[in-house]
Amino acid sequence: MERPMSASGAPEWMTAEHSMGTSIMAVAFDGGVVLGADSRTTTGTYIANRVSDKITPMTDSIFCCRSGSAADTQAISDYVRYYLDMHVVEMGTPPLVKTAARLFRELCYSNKTQLMAGMICAGWDSAKGGQVRQVFCVPIGGSLVEQPFAIGGSGSTYIYGYCDAHYKEGMTKEECQAFVKNAVALAMSRDGSSGGVIRMVTVDKDGTDRTCFGGEQVPSF
Amino acid sequence: MSGLRLTEGSRGLAASVAVEGAPLTRTQVPYVTGSSVLGMKCADGVVIACDTMASYGTLARFKSLSRMHQVSPNCILGVGGDYSDFQQLQTMVDAEMTAQYVANDGLTLSPKAIHSFLARHMYHRRCKVDPLWNTVIVAGFDKGEGVLSLVDLFGTAFSSDVLATGFGLHLGLPLLRNAHRPDITVAEAKGVLEDILKVLFYRDARTNDVVQLASVTAAGVEIGKMTKLKTEWGYKSFVEGARVGDDSSW
Amino acid sequence: MTSIGTGYDLSTTTYSPDGRVFQIEYAQKAIENSGTAIGVSCKDGVVMAVEKVVVSKMLVPGTMRRAHLVDHHSGVVISGLISDGRQLATRARDECSSYKSVYDSPIPGHVLAERLANFAHVYTLYAYVRPFGCAALLGAHDDINGYQLYLVEPSGVSYRYFGAAVGKGKQAAKTALEKLDFKTLTCREAVKELAKIIVDVHDETKDKLYELEMCWVCEESKNKSQLVPQDLVDEARKAAEAAQDDDSDMDDDE
Repeated sequence: MERPMSASGAPEWMTAEHSMGTSIMAVAFDGGVVLGADSRTTTGTYIANRVSDKITPMTDSIFCCRSGSAADTQAISDYVRYYLDMHVVEMGTPPLVKTAARLFRELCYSNKTQLMAGMICAGWDSAKGGQVRQVFCVPIGGSLVEQPFAIGGSGSTYIYGYCDAHYKEGMTKEECQAFVKNAVALAMSRDGSSGGVIRMVTVDKDGTDRTCFGGEQVPSF
Repeated sequence: MSGLRLTEGSRGLAASVAVEGAPLTRTQVPYVTGSSVLGMKCADGVVIACDTMASYGTLARFKSLSRMHQVSPNCILGVGGDYSDFQQLQTMVDAEMTAQYVANDGLTLSPKAIHSFLARHMYHRRCKVDPLWNTVIVAGFDKGEGVLSLVDLFGTAFSSDVLATGFGLHLGLPLLRNAHRPDITVAEAKGVLEDILKVLFYRDARTNDVVQLASVTAAGVEIGKMTKLKTEWGYKSFVEGARVGDDSSW
Repeated sequence: MTSIGTGYDLSTTTYSPDGRVFQIEYAQKAIENSGTAIGVSCKDGVVMAVEKVVVSKMLVPGTMRRAHLVDHHSGVVISGLISDGRQLATRARDECSSYKSVYDSPIPGHVLAERLANFAHVYTLYAYVRPFGCAALLGAHDDINGYQLYLVEPSGVSYRYFGAAVGKGKQAAKTALEKLDFKTLTCREAVKELAKIIVDVHDETKDKLYELEMCWVCEESKNKSQLVPQDLVDEARKAAEAAQDDDSDMDDDE
C-alpha cells in the first residue's frame, strides 16, 4: 500500500506533526475526580512516543487531559499554568478549577483558527466545601461545558456507548477508578491512534494520586 | 476584548485555505453546533422553543445543553449554530447589560435595542469575514407588546410573527405559519411549538427529544425545564415492517 | 506645610529632606475639604454613605453623583474631587469587566481594591501627573470572602475596614463608628446609623445644603450593589435630623 507523501516527497510519518490521537477522560465522584489517558503519540502511523503523559498538572490539585496536536496542547497548558500562577499571586489562594477551565476556553476560543486542541480540565477545589462537580470539557472550537464525566480524543468515539451505559451518579472513588480504567482500555483496544499504558490521576481533598497500568495490567475484554 | 491571542498568524484549519492565488480568509467553521430554534408571537406574549442537543459533526456530543439565555427581565435569546460562539455572545451581551446596570440611570435596554445591538455586532463580524456562526432569535415583551426578531451570521436582521432557524426553516416555518393567529395565546402556542419540535426530532438528524420552551409575557421571562417529548413509533405498518409482496424494500 | 518642606512640594518625583512626598499630602488635604464619606461592613452587608455638598440651589437633585455602582456586586463612594472620583469609578468598572471576561466570575473585593490602589499609586510616580484628589470607599461581595469594605487612598494604599470614614468630618465620624457593634449591626440599622453620623458631622455653618447618597451590597439587595432606596435614605435622614433637633433643644435647656 502506498503511504501518503508530504510535499517534500518524504514519507508522511517523518514530516507529520506530532499528534495525540488519544483516549482521555475525567470522571467526578463525591469530593474529587479521576482523570485517565492512554500514552500514545503518533506522527502519522509512527508511534513517536509510547509512554507520553497526557495528564498535565496545572496546579497541585487541577489537571488537564490533552488531545489533538501535541505542540498546541503543550503550548496551551503552559500558558494556562502561567496565567494561573499569576492569578494565585493576585488572589493569595489556590485557583478554582472553574477558573482554570475558563482560561483554557479563553485560549482555545480566541485562537481557534490556529489550534488543534481538545482539552478536559478537572480537579478539586475548596469552593462550596469541595463538593462541587469539577469536570470541564473544552472541545475543538473553544466551547466550555461542565459535565459529570467527560471523554475526548479519537478513541473516545468508540466508548460513548460504554460510558453512557456504565456511568452512574454517586460512584465511590474506587468505582470511578475502575470505570476509567475499563473505558480507556476499551478505547485503546479499538483506536489505532491510542495505546500504550493507562495513566490515571485521582484528585481529592487529601491530595493527588498517580497510577500507571501497563502491559498485563491493562484490562482485556 | 480581543481575548488572549497567542500569536498573529494564519496557520490552522480554516485559515490554512490560504492557497496560493486564492484570497486569505478568516472564515471559521462551526464545530459544536446546535440545531433549530422556533418562535411565535402571541396575543399575550412570545414563545420560543428549541431542543437541547449540541452535535460534533454527526456525533451527539452534548445531550442536555440549554441554548437559551436570559438577557433582561423581559428579554431572552434562543440560539442555534456554533456553541462556542453562542457562549461568546452571552459573555458579550452580559457585559453590555452590566454596563447598563452600573450606569444606574433608570434606563434599560429594550428587547428591540438588544436585537439591534446583536445585529450591529453580527454584521460587524461578517464584514471582518470572521462571523459568529449563529442564528439568534430575540424574544421579548415591551410596552404591552411581544417582540420576536432574528439575527443571523451575516447580520441579517428582521422581525416576524413566526420565526424558525436551521432545519426548522424548512420543516417548521410552514407549520408555524399555518398555526399562527393574531389571537393565539401563549399557552396554546406552547403546544404548537412542542408539536413542531416533535416533527423536527423525527426528521432532523441533529436533534434530540429533550426540549425546552420559554415564554416572555407581561409577567416576565419564564424558561421552562428540559422535558422529554412523547413520540409515536407504534403505527401498525411501522411495527409490522416489510412484507413479502411489498413493491420494494423500505 | 512646614518650612522644612519649602521647595520640595512641587512634584511627586521629589522627596523632602525628611522623606515626605508633599504632593500626596496635599491630595489628602483635597479630600479633607470634601463632604464626609463613611462606610461600614456589618452582619448582612456593606453600606456606604456620603455627604454631597450642593454648590447651588438651582442644581437638579441627583446630579453629579458621588456614589457609583461598578459591577453587579460592588460599588464605590467618593470623597474629594468629584471628577477624579469619576475617573476612579470608571477604572473600577473596566477592571470588573476585564476580570469577568477572562475568569468568568465577579472580581473579588480584595483584587479590585488592590488594582484600584495600583492605579492610584501610578499617579504618585511621575512629574507630569498629579495624584488623585479623592479617596474611594469600595464595597463588594463575593462567595468566598463575603462582604468587604475597602478604603483606597491617593497614596496608593488600600486597607480593609469594618468601619471607615474620610472627608471633612472624618475624625468625629470615626469616633461615632467605633461605638458600633459591626457583628450584630444589620444594614437596615446601618443606614440609620450612617445617616445619623453624616447629619451630626455636617457643618451647618459652612455648607447649608447637602444631599445624602447611600449605596449598599447586602442580603436585602440579593448581594447586588444598589443605591439605597431613596425613601429609606430620606426616612433615615429625617429621623437623624429630628433627633439632632431634640438634642440641641436639650442643650438649650441645660
